[in-house]
Amino acid sequence: MTFLLRRALFYLVTLWAAITVNFLLPRLLPGDPVQAMITKLGGRLNSDAMASLYVLFGLDENKSIWEQYLEYWGSLFRGDLGLSFTFFPTPVADVLAQSMPWTLGLVGVTTIIAFLLGTLLGVYAGWKRGSWMDNLIPVTTFLSSIPYFWLGLIAISLFSVTWPLLPAAGGYAPGLVPEFSGEFIGSVLEHAILPGVTIIVSSVAGWILGMRNMMVTVTAEDYVLVARAKGLTQKRIMFAYAARNAVLPSISGFALSLGFIVGGALLVEMVFSYPGLGYVLFQGIGGKDYPLMQGVFLVITLAVLVANLLADIGYLLLDPRTRKEG
Amino acid sequence: MSPVLEIRDLSVDYGSLRAVHNVSLTLNKGEVLGLAGESGSGKSTLAYAATRLLQPPGHTPTGQVLFKGKDLLSLSDKELQVLRWSEVSIVFQGAMNALNPVLSVATQLDDVLRTHRPQMKKPERVARARELLGLVGIPTDRLSAYPHQLSGGMRQRVMIAMALALEPEIVIMDEPTTALDVVVQRQILGQMMRLRETLGFSVVFITHDISLLVEFSDRIAIMYGGRVVEEAPASEIYRAAKHPYSKGLLGSFPALRGPRRELKGIPGSPPDLRSMPSGCPFHPRCPSAMDVCGERMPSLENVEEQRRVACWLEDVRV
Repeated sequence: MTFLLRRALFYLVTLWAAITVNFLLPRLLPGDPVQAMITKLGGRLNSDAMASLYVLFGLDENKSIWEQYLEYWGSLFRGDLGLSFTFFPTPVADVLAQSMPWTLGLVGVTTIIAFLLGTLLGVYAGWKRGSWMDNLIPVTTFLSSIPYFWLGLIAISLFSVTWPLLPAAGGYAPGLVPEFSGEFIGSVLEHAILPGVTIIVSSVAGWILGMRNMMVTVTAEDYVLVARAKGLTQKRIMFAYAARNAVLPSISGFALSLGFIVGGALLVEMVFSYPGLGYVLFQGIGGKDYPLMQGVFLVITLAVLVANLLADIGYLLLDPRTRKEG
Repeated sequence: MSPVLEIRDLSVDYGSLRAVHNVSLTLNKGEVLGLAGESGSGKSTLAYAATRLLQPPGHTPTGQVLFKGKDLLSLSDKELQVLRWSEVSIVFQGAMNALNPVLSVATQLDDVLRTHRPQMKKPERVARARELLGLVGIPTDRLSAYPHQLSGGMRQRVMIAMALALEPEIVIMDEPTTALDVVVQRQILGQMMRLRETLGFSVVFITHDISLLVEFSDRIAIMYGGRVVEEAPASEIYRAAKHPYSKGLLGSFPALRGPRRELKGIPGSPPDLRSMPSGCPFHPRCPSAMDVCGERMPSLENVEEQRRVACWLEDVRV
């Protein structure tokens, strides 16, 4: 119990630090978003309107940075992340709520699939080392060494242009209304195939390689020899004795990669114009949209913290040696 | 005395290197057969080859290992799996790593019972696991413990309990107490021998510590360079070893009982498998080497009832 309390305190302090940095970062960036907006609107605003824009965006120059900081915390607790400049006047919270499911659905699910698939292939490759499975590794490593945007563009040019089998961009067919219908869900799945498969192809090699190497190390351990001498079935030895020990390093890697789902989505969603958080962040940076960037960074921070917490819990469950006595 | 395990002409190759040369040994029912020798003498390789636990690539045992009329080396994988642990179990070298660190003692004991006794119900298996821990003197509440929560001695006891779970005919003990201190070593071996008397299994006891063998085994086979160089009842070896290597081994350990002796080592180092000396492999280190020793290999001959020695000193022709 004290262990969990200590962890909880640690996460709270980290969260506070992350949010504070998050508050400061956009204010340290050069440029002025209101100025950019005024330019965009082409001088159709009078000075009163400009002043009210500054107040609206929380960039009131008459307030000290401390007052701004306190207000920032106050509005955070109310769930108010300000208004987005890029999607003016939609609140940032709404923009995030709309784009988050897309990112989680695409990058989250494919990250999990890549981990499970890669780990399973790695288990077999390590268990049956020296067999044909070993030829798999150079192939997957080659695929993962291709820069992601290049892989994505090749996939688009092959499967949407040369052979127009799959859509190249978007989260669903234009003209459809998001709703719970067979047609809409089918369209979402169809649009997810290309980005999803490219993510898996480019990330699966890491899991295979890591797992295979750990399996090779672990199968040399005495307890695997004991398991064979005990006459256990191959399946039991492979999973409960070898893989169960070999998977531990992969678990922490997996938790970290869960934390990077949101951040890592940027490239994928740019290439495929996918309506997720990464694409929103990309647009936000282009428009010097401080509130939106802060919102996305906040989500990334939270995701990393939650992933770390999951890794802690996963380790507790899988490795008895990390459990505290009593 | 009826034999339970007969090793006939067993050789093991690691690629082009021969680690075990034409070894023939017999284990009788209820007997403790000691296998002694320095590191690299082939004693563990012999035991693992006989139970087909050596992993490919490149370890190919030839010869025969007869157990109840069946040759272990020619059984199918399925037949072998059934026979493993239920007839031949092994207490492994280095108790520290022989238990799976992520599974509890209960699960690891249960694995054996579940695989080999599928008709046993869960409560029966738990009861059996408790009984086994009781047998080796571990409190039954340690059943849910993980290996890292146990001391080295307790882990080795758990290993022994596991080895006895299916009441096997043969228990192979490969350096079972090497990682433990002397007091715990003797407690564990003493306990093992008492269990042997009540349960009636036979033991192959592999160690480099010949003083332990003299005390705990009935018969001792001494290996050097992958060959058995002397085989005799333990008391005979202790009283009057015939092979110069056996004498050297005995002289390198302090005797636990009997008169004090001066400790002597054996000069030189164990032979390299890649460049075995010609003739008797021990002759470069042997204090009584003769001309013939460097030329021809002495064969393992019966010199007395139940005594075999491979040494030219014992050969009447020389």
